[in-house]
Amino acid sequence: MLNKTLVISALSAVLVSGTTQAAAARDYVSIVGSSTVYPFATVVAEQFGRTTQFKTPKVESTGSGGGLKLFCAGVGVEHPDITNSSRRIKQSEQQQCAENGVRDVIEVKVGYDGIVLGQSKRTTPLNLTRKDIFLALAKQVPGEDGRLIDNPHRTWNDVNPDLPSTKIEVLGPPPTSGTRDAFVELAMEGGAKTYADLKTLRGSKDEAEIKGLMKKLGIPESAFNKKGKKVFQAVSHAIREDGTFIEAGENDNLIVQKLEANPNAVGIFGFSFLDQNADRIHGAIVDGEAPTFEAIADGTYPVSRPLYFYAKKAHVGAVPGIAEYLAEFTSEKAFGEEGYLSEKGLIPMPEAERNQFRDDARSLTPMGAL
Amino acid sequence: MTETTQANNNRGRSIDIVNASLKRRYARERRFRYLGLSAVILGLLFVGTLFVDIISKGYSAFVQTHIVLDVYFDPEVIDPDGTADPAVIARADFRQIARQPLRELFPEVSGRRDKRALYKILSSGAPYQLLDMVQADPSLIGTRQTVELIADDDIDMLAKGHIDRTAPPADRRVNDKVIGWVDKLESQGLIRKNFNTAFFTNGDSREPELAGIGGAVAGSFYTLLVTLSLSFPIGVAAAIYLEEFAPKNRWTDIIEVNINNLAAVPSIVFGLLGLAMFINLFGLPRSAPLVGGLVLTLMTLPTIIIASRAALKSVPPSIREAALGVGASRMQTVFHHVLPLAMPGMLTGTIIGMAQALGETAPLLMIGMVAFIVDVPGGPLDPSTVLPVQVFLWADSPERAFVERTSAAIMVLLAFLVAMNAIAVIMRRRFERRW
Repeated sequence: MLNKTLVISALSAVLVSGTTQAAAARDYVSIVGSSTVYPFATVVAEQFGRTTQFKTPKVESTGSGGGLKLFCAGVGVEHPDITNSSRRIKQSEQQQCAENGVRDVIEVKVGYDGIVLGQSKRTTPLNLTRKDIFLALAKQVPGEDGRLIDNPHRTWNDVNPDLPSTKIEVLGPPPTSGTRDAFVELAMEGGAKTYADLKTLRGSKDEAEIKGLMKKLGIPESAFNKKGKKVFQAVSHAIREDGTFIEAGENDNLIVQKLEANPNAVGIFGFSFLDQNADRIHGAIVDGEAPTFEAIADGTYPVSRPLYFYAKKAHVGAVPGIAEYLAEFTSEKAFGEEGYLSEKGLIPMPEAERNQFRDDARSLTPMGAL
Repeated sequence: MTETTQANNNRGRSIDIVNASLKRRYARERRFRYLGLSAVILGLLFVGTLFVDIISKGYSAFVQTHIVLDVYFDPEVIDPDGTADPAVIARADFRQIARQPLRELFPEVSGRRDKRALYKILSSGAPYQLLDMVQADPSLIGTRQTVELIADDDIDMLAKGHIDRTAPPADRRVNDKVIGWVDKLESQGLIRKNFNTAFFTNGDSREPELAGIGGAVAGSFYTLLVTLSLSFPIGVAAAIYLEEFAPKNRWTDIIEVNINNLAAVPSIVFGLLGLAMFINLFGLPRSAPLVGGLVLTLMTLPTIIIASRAALKSVPPSIREAALGVGASRMQTVFHHVLPLAMPGMLTGTIIGMAQALGETAPLLMIGMVAFIVDVPGGPLDPSTVLPVQVFLWADSPERAFVERTSAAIMVLLAFLVAMNAIAVIMRRRFERRW
């Protein structure tokens, strides 16, 4: 029995002495952030680990917001070096960063990602406008008298007489997801803006005008905000909760499988999943554009968003490999027109933009204040 | 008149009442038995469907398509100056070496686009396979060798029949030309499906054909090692104290209630606690099996304490009284007599706790073990993931070939869990003593 105790205490002593060493230095790049950028960052990390003498970076999938929170927590090896984001850093996050001593941040835009409304191959693709999407999925839509009413639409035909009379059934990501953020911002807001009252509300900063519009639209006074945009977003970002929109979790593969089983359903996910499963699903046409590689790259497909990552300049030199990782990511063979990331579904930026971000990354030029 | 007397007579004989209701009572019992049986059958059906689904999807991941090529290790490309310096060899362009035999087999392929498509038959890991061969044996330079090179995941899917050849070409991951090349290779017997050893030895990768569970298994091993070496001694010591030495008063009652409550706390809460305590306060590294093991220790402790106390309780008091009677001290009684008799029960509880810990992902989410890690961890401080996390990450990857790998990883995880539970059952059978 005594022997056992000795062994255990020796083991814990080894563990404790090991940890003090590990906290002092880190020999691999630590990356956190968006689950949308994750499939691209991991490919670069793997390539980087294989072709250089550095260790393979560790990539965690924490979501854009979670990643920036970890990233902005401070400078030092216990904090991540790079965070991926499927949206631009917010002013509030930049402030948070600065308060914790994270000042020089290098911003790199890596390319674009399209958000697709996928359907089973067995159906003909829906020909939607952003207004149709808003009318089909918003919690409240303007009724005949212009006041907001609970969404009455059951079939696509109710939304727009040109559409088939199949039931509206949409599988999409939960509110914590960056894909959901981008979807409501690009598709739902775009659709809501087609209503004059909602559009004026969005641009308004005049208290009396906002209150007047809110009364006209039938929005309760408790929702008042000095910025009309906030009230507008509360309306346009709210997705119906009557079972028409089904939160299918972050797992886009699962959505693809469910679409195969149910041809009437529509799924919302990133372009890379459509790209990999083109024999099973196709994307609905939005505002006259099918979600193709070319249409997203030149910006004609309306529901697409830029992807970013942010690096800490203070860590360059302290953790080996950061500058080289930036160089690898921004090299033409990675994020270029024919690079290996485009094979994984990333939509490359135009050449001028690529050159600009490559120069910033190579010279480690920090971004300015937003 | 006669009818009433008859009725009176009937009422008088209680056996008739029993007989009348007997049929109903039997029927009721039968119904209940069928209900129980159908519950069991339904349960088995669910488990059966799960297993059939996982195995039918996953079994094909245990073989991997290889392309047999006659590779010439051209000294001009690998080591033009004949230096035999490992650094020079490591920098050599092995992609050329891997592509050369394809060019020889398909001399008619020209044009940049077609050539790119042809080279894509091979995995992006194939050049590294050749590099490893040369590094292991530099005398290969200048020789011709028949090598089985890993095929790309799309080719692997095609060879395994997961790609619909009748679908319109634009919708297929593999176009007609590539199918033609692959069919030609197949007719020459150059496509071989071998046991997928890389699946068990490699770390994670974004290329499905190179991805393996080696890193995750090593991570699970170190995590469970930490968990076992902490939770078993602490759990057993706590159980012995509470059962054999602690006074029975209100304080020990409160402790007991709280241990039982802790066993029911959702595991994600332990993850949050671990994040706040071990990472933020003590400054331990993120994503390390050490932290994962500590968190899982917190989670399994209640299970082990409860099981150990039950095992101690089942040792009859006469054993203790006899030991005390011949003059043993209380400590001698416990360690020489009670503990050895209770040990099988304690170990069973520990194994079940460990099996629980092996399948856990939620608490590890908070401490950064849900991450893409390529290098196989070499110790409890290297960043790593664990098996269930690997399943979770692969399930979320867009490449088609990850579907079968996800199921295969689940099969490996289930095999470990079944093995651990089987050991627990066998130990209970062999060592359990009834008084």
